[in-house]
Formats: sequence, structure tokens, C-alpha cells
Amino acid sequence: MVTFTLNGTERTFNGDPDTPLLWVIRDFEKLTGTKYGCGIAQCGACTIHLDGMPRRSCVTPISMIEGSDVVTIEGISGKEAEAIKTAWAAIDVPQCGYCQSGQIMSAVALLQMVPKPTDDDINSAMTGNICRCATYHRIRAAIHAAANSMEG
Amino acid sequence: MNSKTWLLAFPACFLVVAAMSLVPWSHAQEEQSLRPAAAFKSIENEEERSLALFQEAGKVIQHPRCVNCHPATDRPLQGANMQPHQPPVFRGNGGMGLPGMHCTTCHSAENISVVGQAETIKSIPGHPAWHLAPIEMAWEGKSLGQICQQIKDPDRNGNMTIDELVEHMAHDELVGWGWNPGAGREPAPGTQEEFGKLIKAWVETGAVCPR
Repeated sequence: MVTFTLNGTERTFNGDPDTPLLWVIRDFEKLTGTKYGCGIAQCGACTIHLDGMPRRSCVTPISMIEGSDVVTIEGISGKEAEAIKTAWAAIDVPQCGYCQSGQIMSAVALLQMVPKPTDDDINSAMTGNICRCATYHRIRAAIHAAANSMEG
Repeated sequence: MNSKTWLLAFPACFLVVAAMSLVPWSHAQEEQSLRPAAAFKSIENEEERSLALFQEAGKVIQHPRCVNCHPATDRPLQGANMQPHQPPVFRGNGGMGLPGMHCTTCHSAENISVVGQAETIKSIPGHPAWHLAPIEMAWEGKSLGQICQQIKDPDRNGNMTIDELVEHMAHDELVGWGWNPGAGREPAPGTQEEFGKLIKAWVETGAVCPR
């Protein structure tokens, strides 16, 4: 049995220890905001925060997260998350939206680590989050807007 | 194609496939093994013996499992064909990646098997110490002779003495990952123990470098 914290609540999982965290979140916890894209950490759609750091849940066996703190798009909070949420809505970032929860989890993590990121910082941090609608220009603008809003 | 032609085609195909599978097998066997250090004792000239030992160890040093994390740029390589890492990730502090895309975003403390993927993708590699070698230890694009000079130079080998270098090659656990790279990835030739003995014997014979 694996015990972990999910969005602030202690949870346990009794199934196959090789089950990817992504499927525990989606199928057992019924939190479907975190998406399956590729299954091999190539697209970023399944990004969550594991002990405060961005992590691809599709390549994270549940056996790895005993005692860890998992935060998904449903549970993300704090000033960076609020700033990102406001900027995302104001700039109307998503098109189809499928990748966006992963994009937001990576963007929040970036602002937590680098409060005033440059274009290069954004490129480096977001390079693993692919968007088939190519909303990259709005993602970049929204991250800058969120960073600016946190300054004031 | 009528039934008679099929009857002729099948045995012919079988022979071709069988022949194709034999040739790369013997080649792969040679590439995948290391001659033991003791096998070089027959070379009487010590300088020549040292050189031969290092050239054998070079099968490991220049293997993609090693060079992929000793890139010439800030971007790691991946795969047997040593292509630039996808997604595009870069060195960062301590070779651990840049903020938001640290190695640990995708790589774990162990190799992780994946299921339901293409035949060419079996696992995501991982190790507790997963990181890039520092840029001064870049091996990509260098000759074995250049790498040899480099690993003896404390300014370009992490300030290791030659004894520490032997220890590193023989026992470092991240080096050892090269022989345990996870499903779908060719391991470095031989074993780490054999490799360590080759390096030790090379040092004991004067650590001669190829020109």
C-alpha cells in the first residue's frame, strides 16, 4: 500500500505498484484535469507537482511516491497560481485546451523558482510542454503578465 | 503471386533472414564484450600493452551510454544514434537541468518501464545521481587519444588523481548505470568490473594514450 498526500488530503493506493501516478489520479481519484498525452514524458500534458517540483506523472510509478506531496491542477494554489490563472483568463491562452493543465503546472513551478523570468527562462522551463494548437506566444505573454502582476 | 511461386519464395526468404540475423549477431557479440585485462599480458612491450588496454577500454568510453551524457554542448544526447535530447533540455547548475525542467522532471532514481508504446521505446532511464558531466569533461566528437589526455588532466577530470580515476571508473554508480541502462537500451560492452580492471592495468602500465 502506498500513502501520499493529494491536494492536501492523505490518500492510499492498494493496486499494482507499477501503476503510473497519472492513472491513480485520473482513474482512482477521478481528478481528470491532468491529461494523458504520450505516456513517455515527451509532451508534458500529465505534469503535476511532486514535493513542490514539476513532474511527469505518466512516468512516475505510484510505488515511487510513498510519503510524497502531490498537487494537481485541481489543487494548485498560492500567489503564483493565482497570478497565472488571472493572466491565462485575461489573455485567453487556451485554444483546444488539452495541454493547458500541464502548461499551467509548469508555468506556476517556473514562477515559484524564477519570479521574473526572461524569454530564455520561459523557453527552457516550458520546452517540455507541447501545444498542438501552438498557443506558445500567448503562454509566453501570460507568464510575463503573471510575473508583472506579482511585482505590484 | 500464385501458390507455386509462394512455395519457392518462402524458403528463399527464410534463408535471407537467417543469414542477415547471423552476421550482425557475431559483430554484436564482439562489440558487446571486453577482453579481460589479463589477455593483454602477452604484449611484452609495456607501452604497447598500455595502449592496447586503453583502446579496449575505449569501447566503453566511446559508447553512446557514456558519451550521451558527456556532450560537447549544454544539450545532452540520447539513443544509440546519439541524437540531441528530446525534449530540448540544457545543462543548468551542476548539470541537473534548468529551472522548471530539471532532469528529475522526467528521470527517476531508477529506470522506469513504459507500456503500450512503440517497439523502440521500452523505458525511461534513471538513477539517483542522474546529471550531465561538466562541460570540461565533454567527450562528444573527440578522438580516443584526446579523451585519454583529458581524463588524466585534473583540470578536466573533476580534479581526480589517477588513483581516484581508477576508483571512479571501477565503482562509481552512475558510471555503472552504463551497464544497467534499462529495457530497450544497449548496455556498455562487458561489465564495470572488467572495465575497471582494464583501466587499472592501463594505469599500472604507464597510462599511455593513443596519438
